[in-house]
Amino acid sequence: MTAMLAQLLNGLDKGGAYALIALGLTLVFGTLGVVNFAHGALFMLGCFCAVTFRYLITIETVTVDPTKLTPWGSPVEVRTPLVQNWFGDFGAVMVDYSVPISLILAVPTMLAIGIAMERGLIKHFYKRTHAEQILVTFGLAIVLQEVVKAFFGANPYPQPIPTDLRSAADIGILLGLEPRTLTYPWWRIIYLAFSLFVIGGVFAFLQFTTFGMVVRAGMADRETVGLMGIDIDRRFTIVFGLAAVVAGVAGVMYTPLLPPNYHLGMDFLVLSFVVVVVGGMGSLPGAVVAGFLLGILQSIASMTEIKSLIPGIDQVIIYLVAVIILLVLPRGLMGRRGVMES
Amino acid sequence: MFSLSRKDLTSLVVLAAIVLTMPIWLAPFGAAYPGLMQKFAIYAIFAVGFNILFGLTGYLSFGHAAFVGIGSYTAVWSFKLLTMDILPAMIFAVIISGLFALVIGYFCLRRTGIYFSILTLAFAQMCYSLAYSVLTPLTNGETGLLLAGNDPRYIDKMFGVTYGSGLPTPTFLGTTLGGYGGFYLTAIVLIVIFFISQKIFASPFGMALRGIKSNQTRMMYTGFNTKPYTLAAFVVSGMIAGLAGALLSVTDPLAGTERMRWTESGNVVLMTILGGVGTLFGPIVGAWLIKYFENIFSAINSNMLNNFFSFLPDGIQSLMVTVTSKFVGEGWHLTLGLMFVLIVVFLPGGLVEGAKRVAARFDRKKPRTGPAPAPQPAE
Repeated sequence: MTAMLAQLLNGLDKGGAYALIALGLTLVFGTLGVVNFAHGALFMLGCFCAVTFRYLITIETVTVDPTKLTPWGSPVEVRTPLVQNWFGDFGAVMVDYSVPISLILAVPTMLAIGIAMERGLIKHFYKRTHAEQILVTFGLAIVLQEVVKAFFGANPYPQPIPTDLRSAADIGILLGLEPRTLTYPWWRIIYLAFSLFVIGGVFAFLQFTTFGMVVRAGMADRETVGLMGIDIDRRFTIVFGLAAVVAGVAGVMYTPLLPPNYHLGMDFLVLSFVVVVVGGMGSLPGAVVAGFLLGILQSIASMTEIKSLIPGIDQVIIYLVAVIILLVLPRGLMGRRGVMES
Repeated sequence: MFSLSRKDLTSLVVLAAIVLTMPIWLAPFGAAYPGLMQKFAIYAIFAVGFNILFGLTGYLSFGHAAFVGIGSYTAVWSFKLLTMDILPAMIFAVIISGLFALVIGYFCLRRTGIYFSILTLAFAQMCYSLAYSVLTPLTNGETGLLLAGNDPRYIDKMFGVTYGSGLPTPTFLGTTLGGYGGFYLTAIVLIVIFFISQKIFASPFGMALRGIKSNQTRMMYTGFNTKPYTLAAFVVSGMIAGLAGALLSVTDPLAGTERMRWTESGNVVLMTILGGVGTLFGPIVGAWLIKYFENIFSAINSNMLNNFFSFLPDGIQSLMVTVTSKFVGEGWHLTLGLMFVLIVVFLPGGLVEGAKRVAARFDRKKPRTGPAPAPQPAE
């Protein structure tokens, strides 16, 4: 039972990542009608925002301490990050917490990248067929991936979890179990909370602001909103930027869980498309629900008890569930009629 | 049954001439070695088969690599169990991949649009993951399925055929296929498949498929049961993909899971779109272009670049080498990605469409006799 619960939690934070990526993908599809194969690359770029930030913040000065000697007689070299020289202990904390702090870098960067992408390339593809959109965004994804590879190389970059958060939370106590029977790493709990926070933020933004209202109206009927004298294209550009930010921050916070490398985006792309389609094209709640559902199912299927019952199930569960859901529910969990069916 | 319209006959002859003279005209491009030309022919076969589904019916399958993998495994098993002759291997590969296509197509074709694409992707990913994990006894997992000296080969044994020591090589009716033999085999298969695709394009069956592409609902309202037609197209293209997989194993007798990865399915989609969806030559052109880039651009190193730019002054030479080296060798993917973007932006409809437009520009002097462009339907 506790093993089951632990896997459920595992699935929740994996599901959080799927849900965030799928949310951005659906947002872009629902507003701009563009199938964006470069969305996985945006997730990867977010990860590398964290890598870059850590690189910048850990630029070191080397001073020689003549009072101490190494065993082979030369003076000890003391390496201190510049920020620590400047800010003292606060600087050390900054280095320790580089991953969450890099969100400050990631949000404007991803917004800029998203808007540049939409204005520079995607804009010209609204009227084209979906096949052409797929081809051009796939090409863009390859280009982004190769540029990252040219700068950062092919090796993964592990990012540290802040020291205070490296321990595991004793969740079992909350549920009335014996202490130390069910523990769970703090960072994963934070990731889950973070993803829920971002999802809630996006929904609140769309639901309770005037901007969000206009965007929702534009999703329902773009032309009429345009006739009301609203520059809907500009709003949609910002929505694209927002989707890029959501993918980016999902990537930033995921770096301690999975060391990012340049092809991370492609690895997540297929899965996030499955998530979007299972949720139903164009449905934001569908994307979130499907993200968590598939994340949880994947973790539960990877338990040894279940694997011994049905060998290989952990490898295929996501696709199997996707097939079953799509065959039973023609438009996924919450898809709208007539979207992407011709 | 074998008659073709005059136009189709010309294009068949042109294609046959182009394919069979590959060793000559590819030489200046540095690609005239059999191993690569075989790949050109095989991936062209794959793309032509894929085009029968995607180009004619508009159903975008993202799982066709699964059939290539199934064809490969079947061919290698036929080598291991029955005989080293390639004919049974190819026939079995076509049959087995056809059966798989029948089952997968039956389920996937219940949905249209992106739901169909994701269903095919899901089935293909299941095949890939299972081949990688649980079906290891059948597929030999990560290592790939290889021939072994002590394979049973029952039919060969029956006829007393032996292959001496070392690993046997595939034969065609008793003769061993060398490098060029393998190439001409694949080239002839490509020509046959191209002929089949021409027949399908020109047949009432192909017409019905195009009707389904342009408006499936209207086809159904005219009393047309579209399901058998789309399923037939799916199975035919799956069988051709299986044949391509078998040829991969024939020219190099091993089969690995990497042939079933989703990126391979993505590749064939890109080949088809790049060349021109729904055209006869488009998929072939796209397949050749991508395979050429993959094999030639990735092999260029800085020495070759230095030689190439050696006519320039030293400073500019090193600058040019630094810049271009980002686009070749390890970085050839970058060139490929840029090529996709540029072609889609500037040549919508693919290379064949672009070539037609260029031809039309030169043709402009002649008075126009064709009908006026069809009026756009009102939204």
